[in-house]
Amino acid sequence: MAAPLVLHLEFGRRVHLKRTEIKKNKKRIHVRKRGGAELLFDGVKNHHVTLPGQSDPWDMKQLLAWIRGNMLKERPELFMQGDTVRPGILVLINDADWELMGELEYQLQDQDNVVFISTLHGG
Amino acid sequence: MCEVEGDYNGLECNQKIPVPTLNRKCMKCKEGAAVLIIRVNDAFCRACFKEYFIHKFRAMLGKNRVIFPQEKVLLAVSGGAASCSMLSQVQEGLSREAPKKLRFMPGIIYIDDGGACGRSAEERQRSNALLKSIFTETGFPYFIVSLEQVFSLPASVLVPGTSDPDPSNLSYKQAVDQYVKEKQTLTEENVASAVAQLSIGDSVYSHKHKLALERLFSSLKTLTAKEDMLQTLRQHLILHIARENGYSKVMMGDSCSRLAVRLLSNIALGRGAALASDTGFSDPRYGDVVIVRPMRDYSSKEIAFYSRMFNVPSVFISGLDTKTHDKASIQRLTESFVTNLQSDFPSTVSTIYRTSEKLHTVMPPQSQSAEPASKCLLCLCTLDTKEDCTTEYEFCVSA
Repeated sequence: MAAPLVLHLEFGRRVHLKRTEIKKNKKRIHVRKRGGAELLFDGVKNHHVTLPGQSDPWDMKQLLAWIRGNMLKERPELFMQGDTVRPGILVLINDADWELMGELEYQLQDQDNVVFISTLHGG
Repeated sequence: MCEVEGDYNGLECNQKIPVPTLNRKCMKCKEGAAVLIIRVNDAFCRACFKEYFIHKFRAMLGKNRVIFPQEKVLLAVSGGAASCSMLSQVQEGLSREAPKKLRFMPGIIYIDDGGACGRSAEERQRSNALLKSIFTETGFPYFIVSLEQVFSLPASVLVPGTSDPDPSNLSYKQAVDQYVKEKQTLTEENVASAVAQLSIGDSVYSHKHKLALERLFSSLKTLTAKEDMLQTLRQHLILHIARENGYSKVMMGDSCSRLAVRLLSNIALGRGAALASDTGFSDPRYGDVVIVRPMRDYSSKEIAFYSRMFNVPSVFISGLDTKTHDKASIQRLTESFVTNLQSDFPSTVSTIYRTSEKLHTVMPPQSQSAEPASKCLLCLCTLDTKEDCTTEYEFCVSA
Protein backbone atom coordinates (compact mmCIF):
# COMPACT_ATOMS: atom_id res chain seq x y z
CA MET A 1 0.00 0.00 0.00
CA ALA A 2 1.20 3.51 -0.81
CA ALA A 3 2.64 5.50 2.06
CA PRO A 4 0.50 8.40 3.27
CA LEU A 5 1.21 11.67 1.56
CA VAL A 6 0.26 15.21 2.42
CA LEU A 7 -2.12 15.90 -0.36
CA HIS A 8 -3.99 19.14 -0.09
CA LEU A 9 -4.30 19.41 -3.80
CA GLU A 10 -5.95 16.15 -4.09
CA PHE A 11 -9.04 17.34 -2.47
CA GLY A 12 -8.58 20.83 -3.81
CA ARG A 13 -9.07 19.41 -7.27
CA ARG A 14 -12.55 18.43 -6.45
CA VAL A 15 -14.24 21.72 -7.08
CA HIS A 16 -17.67 20.32 -6.31
CA LEU A 17 -16.68 19.39 -2.78
CA LYS A 18 -18.45 21.77 -0.43
CA ARG A 19 -16.81 20.58 2.74
CA THR A 20 -14.59 22.94 4.65
CA GLU A 21 -12.34 20.05 5.66
CA ILE A 22 -10.57 20.06 2.34
CA LYS A 23 -7.22 19.99 4.06
CA LYS A 24 -7.83 16.52 5.46
CA ASN A 25 -5.92 13.91 3.60
CA LYS A 26 -7.54 10.91 5.19
CA LYS A 27 -10.82 9.25 4.48
CA ARG A 28 -13.18 8.03 7.10
CA ILE A 29 -15.27 5.10 6.10
CA HIS A 30 -17.91 3.40 8.17
CA VAL A 31 -17.88 -0.32 7.68
CA ARG A 32 -20.73 -2.41 8.99
CA LYS A 33 -21.10 -6.13 8.89
CA ARG A 34 -24.34 -7.96 9.23
CA GLY A 35 -25.86 -11.37 9.02
CA GLY A 36 -23.02 -13.34 10.49
CA ALA A 37 -20.15 -11.67 8.69
CA GLU A 38 -19.24 -9.99 11.99
CA LEU A 39 -18.08 -13.35 13.29
CA LEU A 40 -14.93 -12.96 11.24
CA PHE A 41 -14.20 -9.58 12.78
CA ASP A 42 -14.27 -10.43 16.49
CA GLY A 43 -18.02 -10.06 16.61
CA VAL A 44 -17.84 -6.29 16.18
CA LYS A 45 -20.45 -5.05 13.75
CA ASN A 46 -19.60 -1.40 13.30
CA HIS A 47 -16.17 -0.11 12.48
CA HIS A 48 -15.06 3.40 11.77
CA VAL A 49 -11.87 3.20 9.85
CA THR A 50 -9.52 5.87 8.68
CA LEU A 51 -7.74 4.99 5.51
CA PRO A 52 -4.34 6.54 5.01
CA GLY A 53 -4.07 9.06 2.22
CA GLN A 54 -2.52 8.03 -1.06
CA SER A 55 -2.04 9.46 -4.51
CA ASP A 56 -4.69 7.41 -6.24
CA PRO A 57 -8.15 7.52 -4.85
CA TRP A 58 -9.21 4.51 -2.84
CA ASP A 59 -11.46 2.11 -4.66
CA MET A 60 -13.39 -0.90 -3.38
CA LYS A 61 -10.76 -3.32 -4.57
CA GLN A 62 -8.15 -1.64 -2.44
CA LEU A 63 -10.52 -1.36 0.48
CA LEU A 64 -11.14 -5.10 0.39
CA ALA A 65 -7.44 -5.80 0.27
CA TRP A 66 -6.97 -3.41 3.19
CA ILE A 67 -9.73 -5.14 5.17
CA ARG A 68 -8.16 -8.50 4.53
CA GLY A 69 -4.82 -7.26 5.68
CA ASN A 70 -5.88 -5.16 8.66
CA MET A 71 -9.24 -6.22 9.99
CA LEU A 72 -9.96 -9.82 9.14
CA LYS A 73 -9.13 -11.84 12.24
CA GLU A 74 -9.62 -15.34 10.89
CA ARG A 75 -10.66 -17.46 7.89
CA PRO A 76 -10.12 -15.00 5.05
CA GLU A 77 -11.55 -17.50 2.57
CA LEU A 78 -14.96 -17.11 4.20
CA PHE A 79 -15.02 -13.42 3.35
CA MET A 80 -13.04 -13.05 0.19
CA GLN A 81 -12.45 -15.01 -2.93
CA GLY A 82 -9.53 -13.66 -4.90
CA ASP A 83 -9.94 -9.93 -5.35
CA THR A 84 -13.59 -9.71 -4.56
CA VAL A 85 -15.95 -10.79 -1.83
CA ARG A 86 -17.05 -14.38 -1.71
CA PRO A 87 -20.27 -15.06 -3.65
CA GLY A 88 -23.14 -14.87 -1.22
CA ILE A 89 -21.85 -11.78 0.55
CA LEU A 90 -23.76 -8.66 -0.43
CA VAL A 91 -22.17 -5.25 -0.38
CA LEU A 92 -24.10 -2.03 0.09
CA ILE A 93 -22.50 1.36 -0.35
CA ASN A 94 -24.53 4.16 1.23
CA ASP A 95 -27.54 1.86 1.30
CA ALA A 96 -27.40 1.06 -2.38
CA ASP A 97 -26.38 -2.11 -4.17
CA TRP A 98 -22.73 -1.93 -5.16
CA GLU A 99 -23.60 -3.36 -8.57
CA LEU A 100 -25.12 0.02 -9.35
CA MET A 101 -21.94 1.77 -8.31
CA GLY A 102 -19.48 -0.21 -10.34
CA GLU A 103 -18.66 -2.93 -7.78
CA LEU A 104 -14.89 -3.05 -7.38
CA GLU A 105 -14.26 0.08 -9.41
CA TYR A 106 -16.29 2.35 -7.20
CA GLN A 107 -14.13 5.09 -5.75
CA LEU A 108 -14.61 5.79 -2.12
CA GLN A 109 -15.71 9.12 -0.77
CA ASP A 110 -15.16 10.50 2.69
CA GLN A 111 -17.71 9.31 5.27
CA ASP A 112 -18.98 6.56 2.99
CA ASN A 113 -20.98 3.79 4.62
CA VAL A 114 -20.18 0.25 3.48
CA VAL A 115 -22.22 -2.72 4.68
CA PHE A 116 -21.36 -6.37 4.17
CA ILE A 117 -24.25 -8.82 4.59
CA SER A 118 -23.70 -12.55 4.52
CA THR A 119 -26.55 -14.59 3.10
CA LEU A 120 -24.90 -17.96 3.56
CA HIS A 121 -25.08 -20.58 6.25
CA GLY A 122 -21.42 -20.85 6.91
CA GLY A 123 -20.89 -17.36 8.27
CA MET B 1 -16.40 10.43 -17.28
CA CYS B 2 -15.86 14.06 -18.16
CA GLU B 3 -19.39 14.53 -19.34
CA VAL B 4 -20.81 13.67 -15.92
CA GLU B 5 -20.11 17.19 -14.71
CA GLY B 6 -19.88 19.59 -17.56
CA ASP B 7 -18.58 22.60 -15.66
CA TYR B 8 -15.04 21.29 -15.45
CA ASN B 9 -12.52 23.04 -17.58
CA GLY B 10 -10.37 20.95 -19.88
CA LEU B 11 -7.28 20.96 -17.62
CA GLU B 12 -8.87 19.20 -14.73
CA CYS B 13 -10.95 16.81 -16.75
CA ASN B 14 -8.30 14.08 -17.03
CA GLN B 15 -7.62 13.91 -13.36
CA LYS B 16 -11.20 14.24 -12.22
CA ILE B 17 -12.40 11.61 -9.82
CA PRO B 18 -15.70 10.35 -11.18
CA VAL B 19 -18.62 11.05 -8.90
CA PRO B 20 -20.55 7.84 -8.38
CA THR B 21 -24.02 8.97 -9.20
CA LEU B 22 -26.82 6.48 -9.24
CA ASN B 23 -27.51 7.03 -12.89
CA ARG B 24 -30.01 4.30 -13.25
CA LYS B 25 -33.64 4.97 -12.69
CA CYS B 26 -36.05 2.51 -11.26
CA MET B 27 -37.36 0.28 -14.04
CA LYS B 28 -40.86 0.37 -12.64
CA CYS B 29 -41.67 3.97 -11.83
CA LYS B 30 -38.93 5.41 -14.04
CA GLU B 31 -38.52 8.29 -11.60
CA GLY B 32 -36.86 7.16 -8.40
CA ALA B 33 -33.14 6.58 -8.21
CA ALA B 34 -32.41 2.86 -8.27
CA VAL B 35 -30.93 1.43 -5.11
CA LEU B 36 -30.94 -2.26 -5.85
CA ILE B 37 -30.56 -4.73 -8.70
CA ILE B 38 -32.44 -7.99 -8.43
CA ARG B 39 -32.56 -10.90 -10.85
CA VAL B 40 -30.24 -10.14 -13.73
CA ASN B 41 -30.68 -6.49 -14.47
CA ASP B 42 -33.83 -5.14 -12.85
CA ALA B 43 -33.15 -1.95 -10.98
CA PHE B 44 -35.66 -0.87 -8.36
CA CYS B 45 -36.01 2.21 -6.23
CA ARG B 46 -36.76 1.87 -2.53
CA ALA B 47 -40.49 2.41 -2.68
CA CYS B 48 -41.07 0.15 -5.67
CA PHE B 49 -38.97 -2.57 -4.12
CA LYS B 50 -41.03 -2.51 -0.94
CA GLU B 51 -44.21 -2.72 -2.96
CA TYR B 52 -42.80 -5.56 -5.03
CA PHE B 53 -41.73 -7.46 -1.94
CA ILE B 54 -45.06 -7.12 -0.17
CA HIS B 55 -47.02 -7.93 -3.29
CA LYS B 56 -45.06 -11.11 -3.88
CA PHE B 57 -45.92 -12.41 -0.44
CA ARG B 58 -49.61 -11.77 -0.87
CA ALA B 59 -49.58 -13.20 -4.38
CA MET B 60 -47.93 -16.38 -3.14
CA LEU B 61 -50.59 -16.90 -0.50
CA GLY B 62 -53.42 -15.82 -2.77
CA LYS B 63 -52.35 -18.00 -5.67
CA ASN B 64 -52.12 -21.13 -3.61
CA ARG B 65 -55.22 -20.63 -1.51
CA VAL B 66 -54.39 -23.06 1.22
CA ILE B 67 -54.78 -20.77 4.19
CA PHE B 68 -58.38 -20.29 5.12
CA PRO B 69 -59.79 -17.34 7.04
CA GLN B 70 -59.55 -17.64 10.83
CA GLU B 71 -57.17 -20.54 10.53
CA LYS B 72 -54.42 -20.84 13.11
CA VAL B 73 -51.02 -20.67 11.46
CA LEU B 74 -47.73 -21.23 13.23
CA LEU B 75 -44.78 -19.22 11.96
CA ALA B 76 -41.50 -21.04 12.39
CA VAL B 77 -38.91 -18.36 13.04
CA SER B 78 -35.22 -19.15 13.33
CA GLY B 79 -34.15 -15.58 13.98
CA GLY B 80 -32.55 -15.26 10.56
CA ALA B 81 -33.38 -12.64 7.95
CA ALA B 82 -35.77 -14.80 5.91
CA SER B 83 -38.02 -15.93 8.75
CA CYS B 84 -38.02 -12.49 10.34
CA SER B 85 -38.97 -10.92 7.00
CA MET B 86 -41.77 -13.45 6.80
CA LEU B 87 -42.89 -12.40 10.26
CA SER B 88 -42.85 -8.75 9.27
CA GLN B 89 -44.84 -9.53 6.11
CA VAL B 90 -47.47 -11.31 8.19
CA GLN B 91 -47.64 -8.35 10.55
CA GLU B 92 -47.94 -6.00 7.62
CA GLY B 93 -50.64 -8.14 6.06
CA LEU B 94 -52.69 -8.33 9.23
CA SER B 95 -52.52 -4.64 10.00
CA ARG B 96 -55.70 -2.69 9.63
CA GLU B 97 -54.43 -0.35 6.96
CA ALA B 98 -53.73 -3.15 4.51
CA PRO B 99 -56.15 -2.97 1.58
CA LYS B 100 -56.80 -6.68 1.53
CA LYS B 101 -56.07 -7.88 4.99
CA LEU B 102 -54.69 -11.33 5.56
CA ARG B 103 -57.17 -13.27 7.57
CA PHE B 104 -55.49 -15.94 9.61
CA MET B 105 -54.42 -16.13 13.25
CA PRO B 106 -50.68 -16.40 13.63
CA GLY B 107 -48.52 -17.81 16.38
CA ILE B 108 -44.73 -17.93 16.47
CA ILE B 109 -42.42 -20.77 17.33
CA TYR B 110 -38.68 -20.64 17.83
CA ILE B 111 -36.62 -23.77 18.44
CA ASP B 112 -33.51 -23.19 20.48
CA ASP B 113 -31.05 -25.72 19.13
CA GLY B 114 -28.04 -24.47 21.03
CA GLY B 115 -27.62 -27.84 22.72
CA ALA B 116 -26.95 -29.53 19.40
CA CYS B 117 -24.80 -26.71 18.03
CA GLY B 118 -22.58 -26.48 21.07
CA ARG B 119 -23.58 -23.00 22.24
CA SER B 120 -23.20 -22.11 25.90
CA ALA B 121 -26.15 -21.56 28.22
CA GLU B 122 -25.40 -17.83 28.45
CA GLU B 123 -25.37 -17.42 24.68
CA ARG B 124 -28.63 -19.28 24.42
CA GLN B 125 -30.25 -17.17 27.09
CA ARG B 126 -29.04 -14.01 25.42
CA SER B 127 -30.43 -14.90 22.01
CA ASN B 128 -33.67 -16.19 23.58
CA ALA B 129 -34.12 -12.88 25.35
CA LEU B 130 -33.53 -10.90 22.15
CA LEU B 131 -36.01 -13.00 20.28
CA LYS B 132 -38.54 -12.79 23.09
CA SER B 133 -38.46 -9.01 22.85
CA ILE B 134 -38.98 -9.19 19.09
CA PHE B 135 -41.90 -11.59 19.50
CA THR B 136 -43.56 -9.59 22.24
CA GLU B 137 -43.52 -6.55 19.95
CA THR B 138 -45.62 -8.39 17.41
CA GLY B 139 -48.35 -9.22 19.89
CA PHE B 140 -48.79 -12.77 18.59
CA PRO B 141 -48.71 -15.77 20.91
CA TYR B 142 -45.26 -17.34 20.80
CA PHE B 143 -43.44 -20.48 21.89
CA ILE B 144 -39.75 -20.63 22.62
CA VAL B 145 -38.93 -24.30 22.81
CA SER B 146 -35.56 -25.91 23.37
CA LEU B 147 -34.55 -28.84 21.22
CA GLU B 148 -33.98 -30.96 24.35
CA GLN B 149 -37.73 -31.15 24.76
CA VAL B 150 -37.89 -33.46 21.78
CA PHE B 151 -37.09 -36.30 24.17
CA SER B 152 -40.30 -35.77 26.05
CA LEU B 153 -42.50 -35.99 22.97
CA PRO B 154 -45.07 -38.77 22.82
CA ALA B 155 -44.70 -41.47 20.18
CA SER B 156 -47.80 -40.15 18.47
CA VAL B 157 -45.66 -37.49 16.82
CA LEU B 158 -44.30 -40.21 14.55
CA VAL B 159 -47.75 -41.11 13.30
CA PRO B 160 -49.18 -38.99 10.54
CA GLY B 161 -52.48 -37.43 11.53
CA THR B 162 -55.43 -37.79 9.25
CA SER B 163 -56.48 -34.76 7.33
CA ASP B 164 -60.09 -34.24 8.19
CA PRO B 165 -62.33 -35.30 5.26
CA ASP B 166 -65.28 -33.45 6.76
CA PRO B 167 -67.95 -32.98 4.09
CA SER B 168 -68.98 -29.69 5.64
CA ASN B 169 -65.55 -28.22 4.83
CA LEU B 170 -66.10 -25.24 2.64
CA SER B 171 -64.16 -24.51 -0.49
CA TYR B 172 -61.74 -21.58 -0.23
CA LYS B 173 -64.08 -19.09 -1.88
CA GLN B 174 -67.06 -20.12 0.22
CA ALA B 175 -64.96 -19.88 3.37
CA VAL B 176 -63.85 -16.37 2.51
CA ASP B 177 -67.40 -15.22 1.76
CA GLN B 178 -68.70 -16.64 5.00
CA TYR B 179 -65.89 -14.97 6.92
CA VAL B 180 -66.61 -11.58 5.41
CA LYS B 181 -70.26 -11.86 6.48
CA GLU B 182 -69.38 -12.79 10.03
CA LYS B 183 -66.56 -10.30 10.36
CA GLN B 184 -68.19 -7.69 12.54
CA THR B 185 -69.16 -10.07 15.31
CA LEU B 186 -65.80 -11.77 15.48
CA THR B 187 -63.44 -8.86 16.09
CA GLU B 188 -63.89 -8.35 19.82
CA GLU B 189 -63.87 -12.06 20.56
CA ASN B 190 -60.61 -12.37 18.63
CA VAL B 191 -58.82 -9.81 20.75
CA ALA B 192 -59.89 -11.38 24.02
CA SER B 193 -58.96 -14.88 22.98
CA ALA B 194 -55.62 -13.76 21.58
CA VAL B 195 -54.65 -12.10 24.82
CA ALA B 196 -55.67 -15.19 26.76
CA GLN B 197 -53.45 -17.31 24.56
CA LEU B 198 -50.25 -15.35 24.99
CA SER B 199 -48.16 -18.20 26.17
CA ILE B 200 -44.55 -17.76 27.00
CA GLY B 201 -43.16 -21.24 26.44
CA ASP B 202 -40.01 -20.99 28.49
CA SER B 203 -37.30 -23.26 27.22
CA VAL B 204 -37.15 -25.48 30.25
CA TYR B 205 -35.40 -28.79 29.88
CA SER B 206 -33.98 -31.34 32.23
CA HIS B 207 -30.29 -32.09 32.58
CA LYS B 208 -30.98 -35.69 31.56
CA HIS B 209 -32.39 -34.53 28.23
CA LYS B 210 -29.49 -32.16 27.71
CA LEU B 211 -27.04 -35.02 28.12
CA ALA B 212 -29.12 -37.26 25.89
CA LEU B 213 -29.05 -34.65 23.14
CA GLU B 214 -25.31 -34.17 23.42
CA ARG B 215 -24.80 -37.93 23.33
CA LEU B 216 -27.02 -38.24 20.30
CA PHE B 217 -25.16 -35.62 18.34
CA SER B 218 -21.72 -36.75 19.32
CA SER B 219 -22.57 -40.27 18.16
CA LEU B 220 -23.12 -38.94 14.64
CA LYS B 221 -19.80 -38.95 12.92
CA THR B 222 -20.36 -36.60 10.01
CA LEU B 223 -21.67 -33.05 9.88
CA THR B 224 -24.04 -34.15 7.11
CA ALA B 225 -25.72 -36.62 9.45
CA LYS B 226 -25.88 -34.04 12.25
CA GLU B 227 -27.54 -31.47 10.03
CA ASP B 228 -30.03 -34.04 8.82
CA MET B 229 -30.82 -35.17 12.35
CA LEU B 230 -31.22 -31.58 13.52
CA GLN B 231 -33.67 -30.93 10.74
CA THR B 232 -35.71 -34.04 11.59
CA LEU B 233 -35.85 -33.30 15.31
CA ARG B 234 -36.84 -29.69 14.67
CA GLN B 235 -39.66 -30.80 12.40
CA HIS B 236 -41.00 -33.20 15.02
CA LEU B 237 -40.94 -30.58 17.70
CA ILE B 238 -42.68 -27.98 15.53
CA LEU B 239 -45.25 -30.55 14.50
CA HIS B 240 -45.95 -31.49 18.09
CA ILE B 241 -46.37 -27.92 19.27
CA ALA B 242 -48.64 -27.21 16.30
CA ARG B 243 -50.83 -30.22 17.09
CA GLU B 244 -50.95 -29.50 20.82
CA ASN B 245 -52.11 -25.96 20.31
CA GLY B 246 -54.53 -26.45 17.46
CA TYR B 247 -52.46 -25.00 14.62
CA SER B 248 -53.33 -26.55 11.30
CA LYS B 249 -50.67 -24.81 9.22
CA VAL B 250 -46.99 -24.07 9.75
CA MET B 251 -45.18 -21.40 7.73
CA MET B 252 -41.49 -21.87 7.11
CA GLY B 253 -39.19 -19.10 5.94
CA ASP B 254 -37.24 -21.01 3.33
CA SER B 255 -36.08 -18.72 0.53
CA CYS B 256 -35.62 -19.61 -3.14
CA SER B 257 -31.85 -19.86 -2.80
CA ARG B 258 -32.01 -22.08 0.27
CA LEU B 259 -34.59 -24.35 -1.34
CA ALA B 260 -32.47 -24.69 -4.47
CA VAL B 261 -29.57 -25.80 -2.28
CA ARG B 262 -31.83 -28.14 -0.36
CA LEU B 263 -33.16 -29.70 -3.54
CA LEU B 264 -29.71 -30.63 -4.76
CA SER B 265 -28.41 -31.75 -1.38
CA ASN B 266 -31.49 -33.90 -0.81
CA ILE B 267 -30.84 -35.66 -4.09
CA ALA B 268 -27.29 -36.27 -2.90
CA LEU B 269 -28.64 -37.58 0.40
CA GLY B 270 -30.90 -40.08 -1.31
CA ARG B 271 -34.15 -38.23 -0.67
CA GLY B 272 -35.11 -37.94 -4.31
CA ALA B 273 -38.54 -39.48 -3.78
CA ALA B 274 -39.50 -36.82 -1.25
CA LEU B 275 -38.31 -33.79 -3.24
CA ALA B 276 -41.75 -32.46 -3.96
CA SER B 277 -42.75 -32.33 -0.30
CA ASP B 278 -39.33 -31.17 0.92
CA THR B 279 -39.15 -28.20 -1.42
CA GLY B 280 -42.65 -27.51 -2.70
CA PHE B 281 -44.97 -24.78 -1.51
CA SER B 282 -47.09 -27.06 0.62
CA ASP B 283 -46.03 -30.22 2.37
CA PRO B 284 -49.00 -32.38 3.33
CA ARG B 285 -47.15 -35.44 4.61
CA TYR B 286 -48.16 -34.95 8.23
CA GLY B 287 -51.84 -35.09 7.44
CA ASP B 288 -53.44 -32.79 9.96
CA VAL B 289 -50.71 -30.13 9.86
CA VAL B 290 -49.63 -28.71 6.50
CA ILE B 291 -46.28 -27.01 6.07
CA VAL B 292 -46.27 -24.04 3.69
CA ARG B 293 -43.33 -22.06 2.38
CA PRO B 294 -44.49 -18.59 1.34
CA MET B 295 -40.96 -17.19 1.02
CA ARG B 296 -39.94 -19.66 -1.65
CA ASP B 297 -40.10 -17.07 -4.39
CA TYR B 298 -37.60 -14.68 -2.80
CA SER B 299 -33.88 -14.85 -3.45
CA SER B 300 -31.48 -14.38 -0.53
CA LYS B 301 -30.44 -11.04 -1.94
CA GLU B 302 -33.98 -9.65 -1.95
CA ILE B 303 -34.54 -10.80 1.61
CA ALA B 304 -31.23 -9.40 2.84
CA PHE B 305 -31.87 -6.03 1.20
CA TYR B 306 -35.43 -5.79 2.47
CA SER B 307 -34.29 -6.73 5.93
CA ARG B 308 -31.60 -4.07 5.87
CA MET B 309 -33.52 -1.26 4.19
CA PHE B 310 -36.67 -1.57 6.22
CA ASN B 311 -35.05 -2.45 9.52
CA VAL B 312 -36.57 -5.86 10.07
CA PRO B 313 -35.38 -6.96 13.51
CA SER B 314 -33.50 -10.22 13.31
CA VAL B 315 -30.97 -12.05 15.42
CA PHE B 316 -28.04 -13.89 13.96
CA ILE B 317 -27.66 -17.25 15.69
CA SER B 318 -24.78 -19.45 14.68
CA GLY B 319 -25.70 -22.94 13.63
CA LEU B 320 -24.02 -26.27 13.12
CA ASP B 321 -22.25 -25.25 9.95
CA THR B 322 -21.19 -21.71 10.80
CA LYS B 323 -17.57 -21.05 9.92
CA THR B 324 -17.10 -24.53 8.56
CA HIS B 325 -15.12 -25.00 5.41
CA ASP B 326 -16.66 -25.76 2.04
CA LYS B 327 -16.37 -29.52 2.17
CA ALA B 328 -17.51 -30.03 5.73
CA SER B 329 -20.86 -31.52 4.77
CA ILE B 330 -22.92 -32.34 1.70
CA GLN B 331 -25.26 -29.45 2.44
CA ARG B 332 -22.38 -27.02 2.80
CA LEU B 333 -20.69 -28.21 -0.36
CA THR B 334 -23.91 -27.91 -2.34
CA GLU B 335 -24.48 -24.41 -1.01
CA SER B 336 -21.00 -23.36 -2.03
CA PHE B 337 -21.45 -24.96 -5.46
CA VAL B 338 -24.78 -23.29 -6.17
CA THR B 339 -23.69 -19.89 -4.86
CA ASN B 340 -20.50 -19.87 -6.90
CA LEU B 341 -22.33 -20.98 -10.01
CA GLN B 342 -24.96 -18.32 -9.42
CA SER B 343 -22.38 -15.57 -9.44
CA ASP B 344 -21.31 -16.51 -12.98
CA PHE B 345 -24.68 -17.67 -14.24
CA PRO B 346 -27.37 -15.58 -12.55
CA SER B 347 -30.22 -17.79 -13.66
CA THR B 348 -28.98 -20.87 -11.81
CA VAL B 349 -31.17 -20.56 -8.73
CA SER B 350 -34.28 -19.62 -10.65
CA THR B 351 -33.83 -22.56 -13.02
CA ILE B 352 -33.54 -24.97 -10.12
CA TYR B 353 -36.57 -23.36 -8.52
CA ARG B 354 -38.65 -23.66 -11.67
CA THR B 355 -37.66 -27.29 -12.00
CA SER B 356 -38.71 -27.94 -8.42
CA GLU B 357 -42.14 -26.47 -9.14
CA LYS B 358 -42.71 -29.17 -11.71
CA LEU B 359 -42.02 -32.00 -9.30
CA HIS B 360 -44.90 -33.99 -7.93
CA THR B 361 -44.96 -36.93 -5.58
CA VAL B 362 -45.84 -40.15 -7.36
CA MET B 363 -48.72 -41.77 -5.52
CA PRO B 364 -48.29 -45.51 -5.17
CA PRO B 365 -51.03 -47.46 -6.97
CA GLN B 366 -53.96 -48.22 -4.69
CA SER B 367 -53.64 -51.81 -3.54
CA GLN B 368 -56.58 -54.16 -3.30
CA SER B 369 -56.50 -54.35 0.46
CA ALA B 370 -56.61 -50.52 0.66
CA GLU B 371 -53.87 -50.39 3.27
CA PRO B 372 -52.28 -46.99 3.70
CA ALA B 373 -48.80 -46.87 2.18
CA SER B 374 -46.11 -47.45 4.77
CA LYS B 375 -44.28 -44.34 5.91
CA CYS B 376 -40.75 -43.70 7.02
CA LEU B 377 -40.58 -43.45 10.80
CA LEU B 378 -38.43 -40.34 10.89
CA CYS B 379 -39.52 -38.14 8.03
CA LEU B 380 -43.03 -39.53 7.57
CA CYS B 381 -42.72 -39.64 3.78
CA THR B 382 -44.07 -42.60 1.89
CA LEU B 383 -41.42 -45.28 1.72
CA ASP B 384 -39.79 -45.58 -1.64
CA THR B 385 -38.24 -48.96 -0.95
CA LYS B 386 -40.06 -52.24 -0.61
CA GLU B 387 -39.71 -54.14 2.63
CA ASP B 388 -38.49 -57.37 1.08
CA CYS B 389 -35.72 -55.52 -0.78
CA THR B 390 -34.41 -54.01 2.43
CA THR B 391 -34.38 -57.37 4.15
CA GLU B 392 -32.25 -58.81 1.38
CA TYR B 393 -29.90 -55.86 1.78
CA GLU B 394 -29.66 -56.52 5.50
CA PHE B 395 -28.72 -60.11 4.83
CA CYS B 396 -26.00 -59.06 2.45
CA VAL B 397 -24.61 -56.58 4.91
CA SER B 398 -24.53 -58.99 7.83
CA ALA B 399 -23.05 -61.85 5.77
